[in-house]
Amino acid sequence: MTEPLLQVENLQVAFSTRHGTVTALHGIDIALARGETLGIVGESGSGKSVTSLAVMRLLDRAGRITGGRVLFDGRDITHAGHADLRRLRGSALSMIFQNPRAALNPIRTVEHQIIDVLAAHGRLSRASARTQALELLRAVLIRDPEARLKAYPHELSGGMCQRVMIAMAIACEPALLIADEPTTGLDVTTQQTVMELLARIKAERGMAMILITHDLGLAARWCDRIAVMEAGRVVEHGPTETLFEAPKHPYTRRLVAASPTRQSTLADLAPDAPPVRVRAVERRPPGTPPLLELVNVVKSFGGPVPAVDDVSFRLPVGGALGLVGESGSGKTTLSRLVCRLLDPDDGDIVFDGESIARIPAREFHRSRQRRDIQIVFQDPNDSLNPRHTAFDSIAHPLRRLEGMRDGAALDTRVREAASRAGLPMDLLHRFPHQLSGGQKARVGIARAVAPRPRLMILDEPTAALDVSVQAVILQLLDRLRREDGIGLLFVSHDLNVVRMLCDDLVVLQVGKVMEAGPSQEIFRHPQAEYTRTLLEAVPYFDPQRRATLLSSTAA
Amino acid sequence: MLAGIARRVGRRLLASLPALLGVVVVTFMLMRVLPGDPAVFFASGPSAGKEEIEDLRRTMGLDKPIPVQLFRYLGEIAQGEFGRSMTTGQPVVLDIKRRLPASLELTCTALLIALSLALPLGIAAALRPGTVIDHTVRLLCTLGVCVPTFVSGLLLIYMFYYLLGWAPDPTARIDIFASPPPEITGFYLIDFILMGDWDGWWAAFRQLLLPAFTMALFVLAPLARMTRASMLAVLGSDFIRTAHAMGLSRPRIVVAYALRNALLPVITITGIVFSTMLGANVLVEKVFSWPGVASYALDALLSSDYAPVQAFVLLMASIFVLVNVTIDVLYGIADPRVSVA
Repeated sequence: MTEPLLQVENLQVAFSTRHGTVTALHGIDIALARGETLGIVGESGSGKSVTSLAVMRLLDRAGRITGGRVLFDGRDITHAGHADLRRLRGSALSMIFQNPRAALNPIRTVEHQIIDVLAAHGRLSRASARTQALELLRAVLIRDPEARLKAYPHELSGGMCQRVMIAMAIACEPALLIADEPTTGLDVTTQQTVMELLARIKAERGMAMILITHDLGLAARWCDRIAVMEAGRVVEHGPTETLFEAPKHPYTRRLVAASPTRQSTLADLAPDAPPVRVRAVERRPPGTPPLLELVNVVKSFGGPVPAVDDVSFRLPVGGALGLVGESGSGKTTLSRLVCRLLDPDDGDIVFDGESIARIPAREFHRSRQRRDIQIVFQDPNDSLNPRHTAFDSIAHPLRRLEGMRDGAALDTRVREAASRAGLPMDLLHRFPHQLSGGQKARVGIARAVAPRPRLMILDEPTAALDVSVQAVILQLLDRLRREDGIGLLFVSHDLNVVRMLCDDLVVLQVGKVMEAGPSQEIFRHPQAEYTRTLLEAVPYFDPQRRATLLSSTAA
Repeated sequence: MLAGIARRVGRRLLASLPALLGVVVVTFMLMRVLPGDPAVFFASGPSAGKEEIEDLRRTMGLDKPIPVQLFRYLGEIAQGEFGRSMTTGQPVVLDIKRRLPASLELTCTALLIALSLALPLGIAAALRPGTVIDHTVRLLCTLGVCVPTFVSGLLLIYMFYYLLGWAPDPTARIDIFASPPPEITGFYLIDFILMGDWDGWWAAFRQLLLPAFTMALFVLAPLARMTRASMLAVLGSDFIRTAHAMGLSRPRIVVAYALRNALLPVITITGIVFSTMLGANVLVEKVFSWPGVASYALDALLSSDYAPVQAFVLLMASIFVLVNVTIDVLYGIADPRVSVA
């Protein structure tokens, strides 16, 4: 090992936008040896994806390398021509992306897409194109590879698409593979298998890998060395263990603190947040009806199995209950049923002692319970009207549900809701595109809080947010619950988050309840096999966990 | 797959029957509501007496209440009887059968020309957005769409026939002194090929070019703009970035990856454009004295000749249905995500 495989020296990238030139990278230095795995971590906007695209020279038209150089295998490729780059890409350095389904050509079969890569680098032996493609699919451990050859991306699951993507990326045996958030958006168990596959292939073929991720747990588990990026700079880098156990830079420290570990509580995640004033919990007499009760609820969309199959649970007044499961487990359908956006086929939904299951979904907006049950949606970007200011978004339910008119009263209520959600008042007149992800999430929460609901349904409210923002939002939700007594129904695939926020837990698989009970109990002693699998797959942030895993894959 | 397509086509055709019936009824009523009395129009002369007109009205069945007339008309249609044109004196079916190939030949040629211009222009514009090429394409398209066909038709005639003398006399489908091919399909270009008469084919082709270009210019804009927009969207998508990251060659990315995906919405637009052209080419047919169905229907409409107009509208509606079904099938073949069943 004389010289590094990849050396990035003082790399600077700028984007020309409507508001002038924006510098995305302020001089990045990265070095990577053969066979090594480097993790680049950081939050959105830190420039980690731009770094990888710049190395691949895949920046779009607006982006430009303004300084520094990229040496690959001793060769300066900073200003290499198109033909040279084409030969390098896919064969010497390759890349896999986030959102694998979109990264594959929707109208071309898996077989053809793999063969295209082989053909582009003259690695194709005419007679055996199919055999080569088949071998690659076997290498990525896809189930039933013969049948998958003929499949189109939309016929495959997200995990399988990522495997196909990996097959294409390793087709020409590159020396370096850049994986840009390769598991984001996949289920936890799928994340696990995809990362194991990547580590195995990397070890077998002696590839070097750059893993770009926002998830410290993932990086700690799979990388030899870590570079932490913030606002277009590498603020700290070093071997995984030392970096995470004794972070030097304040940003790394904050990031490490915000990453949930097995033991962390909400207070650990954002230590500088104001303490929660726990409302004197009025002890409810034992006979008090629960805030929400589901009794044998069934909902089918006409598929072979119902989306929600005989689900029952109770949520006490001011309680927090987590619905956990992977995609297709019926958790979102269940939340829609409770919000009364969907009608159940069978069973009963009782809110505050009154059955609301028989009110048709299209009539529910007129019922008085609409005010009491509010929703916070998953994507803070898509769930806000781009033509409404934050003020209008928050005022909307007040206008619709309480018939309030513009005036001092409405103004007061909106400001009250905004302050409950921790949204600074001077942001109220901004449009969604002028707000950050965390601020948009706060607008979404303020909108739900505005009509003073008694139950809030949260559909993965932090899935699209950075860990530091997530920590703050989770604390905010916890505070709303404890100070205002709002019951929370929290839908999530992230067991860690659910554990910290919720007293009770319902684990769902294909529409059925696998396990239910107090969340601490389930975490300590999971009963169902499925719960155990889910728990094991969670990428806790734990620097110690890496060594055991690597030795097991090497074996 | 084939059986699935056939089933789908059958279902779609069946489902379109109520719409067609609706078209027949509405056209029928509309014709009755429009001012103008066919009996007066077709009476022997301005001096025709009241009795003569009443007589004519009775023979035409116009004295009965409108609902009765409608049911009688529907009954006739069911038997394949579309009535007679008062102007030509011929059965409407015969007239349309003679004239429809002329219209179809013109429209199809125009569509081919439009597509062969619009696709390269749209692609070129999308590959170099914001450049001179892009702006030129936009200008061309805008010109094509905002100059009415009768103006652009006359301009083309002025330039290529009057000034340059490249084009033949812009009247009818073939020079009046040349003999048309024997009626086999009714499409002159095909009939001449079948006869092996290449001089005749060349003459008919030259005759066809100017009107076809006039129409093509008119529909160039939607096709080229759609190609550009769709191509731009596809070029910006994730799987194109993947293709670049995998080192695929640029021509391969543009043609096999981008273009094939970008064509999907263009297929839909092409169907709509084709249907529009069939109805809208009346102006072109008039300017070039093209003996097509549209000019036939217009003449009939002006002379309150009910039967041809009603038959024409029904014909257009049926073609519209057929084109839509065809587009559906094509789309299903081109995009594996659309289920065929």
